[in-house]
Amino acid sequence: MEETRLMKGNEAIAHAAIRYGADGYFGYPITPQSEVLETLEEQMPWETTGMVVLQAESEVAAINMVYGGASCGKAVFTSSSSPGVSLKQEGISYIAAAELPALIINVMRGGPGLGTIQPSQADYFQATKGGGHGDYRLITLAPSSVQEMADFVFLGFDLAFKYRTPAIILADGIVGQMMEKVVLPPQRARRTNEEVARQCPWAVTGKPSFRDRNIVTTLELEPAAMEVINDRLQEKYRVIEENEVRFQTYDIEDADYLLVAFGSIARICQKAVEVARSRGVKLGILRPITLWPFPSAEIERISSHVKGILVVELNAGQMIEDVRLACHDRVPVYHFGRLGGIVPNPQEVLDAFFDRFPEANS
Amino acid sequence: MDINEIVKPENKVYSRPKLLTDETMHYCPGCSHGVVHKLIAEVVEELGLEDKTVGIAPVGCAVFAYRYVDVDWIEAAHGRAPAIATAVKRLRPDLMVFTYQGDGDLAAIGTCESIHAANRGENIAIIFINNGIYGMTGGQMAPTTLEGMKTSTTPYGRRVDLNGFPLKISNIFAELDGTCYVTRQAVHNPACVRKTKNAIKKAFLNSMKGLGTSVVEVVSTCASGWKMSPADANKWMVENMFVKYPLGDIKNTTEE
Repeated sequence: MEETRLMKGNEAIAHAAIRYGADGYFGYPITPQSEVLETLEEQMPWETTGMVVLQAESEVAAINMVYGGASCGKAVFTSSSSPGVSLKQEGISYIAAAELPALIINVMRGGPGLGTIQPSQADYFQATKGGGHGDYRLITLAPSSVQEMADFVFLGFDLAFKYRTPAIILADGIVGQMMEKVVLPPQRARRTNEEVARQCPWAVTGKPSFRDRNIVTTLELEPAAMEVINDRLQEKYRVIEENEVRFQTYDIEDADYLLVAFGSIARICQKAVEVARSRGVKLGILRPITLWPFPSAEIERISSHVKGILVVELNAGQMIEDVRLACHDRVPVYHFGRLGGIVPNPQEVLDAFFDRFPEANS
Repeated sequence: MDINEIVKPENKVYSRPKLLTDETMHYCPGCSHGVVHKLIAEVVEELGLEDKTVGIAPVGCAVFAYRYVDVDWIEAAHGRAPAIATAVKRLRPDLMVFTYQGDGDLAAIGTCESIHAANRGENIAIIFINNGIYGMTGGQMAPTTLEGMKTSTTPYGRRVDLNGFPLKISNIFAELDGTCYVTRQAVHNPACVRKTKNAIKKAFLNSMKGLGTSVVEVVSTCASGWKMSPADANKWMVENMFVKYPLGDIKNTTEE
């Protein structure tokens, strides 16, 4: 049954996955997301739902376990943080190429390199532009609350299976670590092997006599055939772009200026909007929920009636490129970012806004 | 005259296993892969595991193994087959899961995945083709390349001061508590083919019984990579490879 609890975002991911009826989790410890694996091991879902939980020897092994589990038509997922997600890129490319459903979670920390264990949003490019080799996309969900950490496990799995493509929850260390109230949905039953075979006729299940063998592969040496495969992938991505854009807006209809921010920073920006409005400055905010597909059409629409846009991110300027592409640079688009794990407060966001748009203060 | 008019069914003592597809194999003449593929097909058939088998193919010459044996397959990234097999077997313990890997795949890029899968005692069978060379990419040094052996990346012969020593990874597998059966075989003559078939059968049964990880190393020829005729390759293998990689069981905890 539904249950209201107080917990960390990372813990909410683990509980939500069990309740979704996930079949398997494969992960490797890394700060700030280790609570996902720890919570699963503590909950022992193999005793209740039959879900497999395995601490892998590396992130590389973990993502390939996901590749194997997804090949069986099972609902499997992995989680990591930025350096670990870099290691997973090989497997993610294969999963996308093999058109397998899988869920990946990145609780981002500051980079590059080992960087810091503090929160960051510097993996936006990696998640939304490909990350691994080849022309592929990841459905990228950006949660801004512990509730969304739980909800997006369900949404991520559903979209991954709907389109047979990997989805990623691109969280930042803040939503991973902070505690909030979360409503956990009722427990769902895991699908039986028979249901999987029916719903996923492409899955490897052991070949019954009534069908041809199923082969999960990403190899095609014939250039013409390889192009057909790529065309099919791109067609699927266009369908996702048509149908799966999600975003949230706040105070945009009469806004003179727009903030664009995702994840936990969007909530800080929302406070900045409230403060600005109390001073008579008509500020609004758009929070992309799907970073890919990106809410380009909505940003283009809003850009026709605002005087300027400020993109606020915990990075050196990544999502701003998509914002500028969306509004064709019809209005000035500026960036405010903090690097190295520093999280700005609402006043700093406002200061940055008035610095970029001094005319807004008059 | 058709061959079937000469060879009467009642006189037939041998035929291709049904699970071996009609696809023309891409392997070179004298290559061991074809024989091992056939043995896998025979064993799966004889054990009645046609609808219970999932193979994990490697990167290397056997990347297309899925074309030739009529069971469900997953084609892995280079070296990752044991990680994939781990998940398949954990999620579907009712299936017989095997990986098919070459020396580069298993003992170089995939060492981490193979050692840890075996150390966890995953109930999978690992078929390990050791021909001491990278066949598919054109004959580069493998971790198992013998000292002094010429390859395209050791054109003057493998030097241990530059390239380290040939890796006897099956002996490492045998040291791990998770393995139940580690054996080294070959397929260059009928007696060895029969022994290898028995080894594969034992490994597949171990997977179904849940006894732990089985490793069947098959010391193999790569006539093209070694730049020899198939006959010379067999002779060279016996005289050189078997010295470093002697045949026989290295570990067997499954016998009563």
